[in-house]
Amino acid sequence: MLPSRFEYHRAGTLDEALSLLGTYGDDAKVLAGGQSLIPMMKLRFAYPEHLVDVNRVPGLDDLEERDGVLRIGALVRHATLASSELIRSRYPTIATAAPQIADPLVRNMGTIGGSIAHADPAGDLASVMLSLGASVVLRSASGSREMPIREFLVDTFTTAVEPDEMLTEILVPAAELRSGGTYLKLERKVGDWATVGVAVSLTLRNGSIGRAGIALTGVDLTNVQATEAESALAGAEPTDEAFADAGRLAAAAAHPVSDVRGSAEYKRNVIEVYVRRGLAHARDTPSAA
Amino acid sequence: MEITVTVNGVERTADVEPRMLLVHLLREELGLTGTHIGCDTSGCGACTVLLDGTPVKSCTMFGVQADGRSLTTVEGLASGAELHPVQAAFKEEHGLQCGFCTPGMMLVGAALLEDNPMPTEDDVRVAISGNICRCTGYMNIVKAIQAAARARAGTAEPLVAEPAAPEPVTA
Repeated sequence: MLPSRFEYHRAGTLDEALSLLGTYGDDAKVLAGGQSLIPMMKLRFAYPEHLVDVNRVPGLDDLEERDGVLRIGALVRHATLASSELIRSRYPTIATAAPQIADPLVRNMGTIGGSIAHADPAGDLASVMLSLGASVVLRSASGSREMPIREFLVDTFTTAVEPDEMLTEILVPAAELRSGGTYLKLERKVGDWATVGVAVSLTLRNGSIGRAGIALTGVDLTNVQATEAESALAGAEPTDEAFADAGRLAAAAAHPVSDVRGSAEYKRNVIEVYVRRGLAHARDTPSAA
Repeated sequence: MEITVTVNGVERTADVEPRMLLVHLLREELGLTGTHIGCDTSGCGACTVLLDGTPVKSCTMFGVQADGRSLTTVEGLASGAELHPVQAAFKEEHGLQCGFCTPGMMLVGAALLEDNPMPTEDDVRVAISGNICRCTGYMNIVKAIQAAARARAGTAEPLVAEPAAPEPVTA
């Protein structure tokens, strides 16, 4: 299958990429890992006239913790997240999600920026980042702005990015002492979209819950944060009962649809079980940070 | 657009449309038909090649993206008449039936052994989880990649057992 014709621009620097986006605006798409964009172009769901290839932009794949913030460059590939010692030791929600994305070959190419900017509600990393309270950095030739990922995800395949902007970084508040998390994903087989995915990130303070982040994959028009369940947990004792209640609240807040992967009722039940199970796991295996 | 790629150690140039997928560049422009087209939707792994040593799906990448980079296809695994250990093991362990997935499976196996010279069965199964085989049930593919690991490490049991010497008959 061939995509429709396009003009190819290989950006050598971020400034060059942003200048190209400023020139072509809506007629241009950013090509990063290409693992969603290229299939969509082959199916002619997408037919940009210009592709701006950012794969060789230096610095766009930086991954570091600095001044209380984990900064993940948009070009960091899923395989890098899965193998990073920093991520494995301090960010279990990301570390458990990364090896579950698509398949190993897709993970070698696919990027975090592409995954989040694609805004497919079946994407795993947007849920992970919602649960961690992350923000995105959007840059254009004329400036830069930061926005909570919750506001960035507007609708299915729709984000707050302007045509001349590019998502360049994801910012995650640095892991606190005694925080835990996990990503639980039900899929029919490797590479399938999630039937249900649940991201859980939990911080414990003096034996109580500090912050609880819960977000769901594949059960709504966007990756969705289970805010009622989160509020119910904040400040509470981390008991099995509290976690069971949170599971019920999260399941009630989702809008799954019945499809080939299961009935809406089944998916709600999976959410309830996974939220409860994920929270208990996060409580019982906090990172030493 | 004119591009230069190093394919199996040989520098090749081609003048391609940006929309040409890497798999078509290899098969149609460079005449290397060992890289197969299966699902054409990045699901099956038949089109696997190594990009600077890393397995990727060549149906989900444009040829122009490979400009200046190094590719290995199945044609590049053997050195002359000498099979790559993974190829030899696929032959010995019957790691294929129809052969359609085999180039991708062998390239993934070869790349795995570069990173992890003695993979467990689980390691192998994870590594090949993006490659679909409809014939073998995967058993012999996994066995072959592990046999190749042992052969490379020089710890291989002989693949075909030597007939045991007859017991000396003592009266």
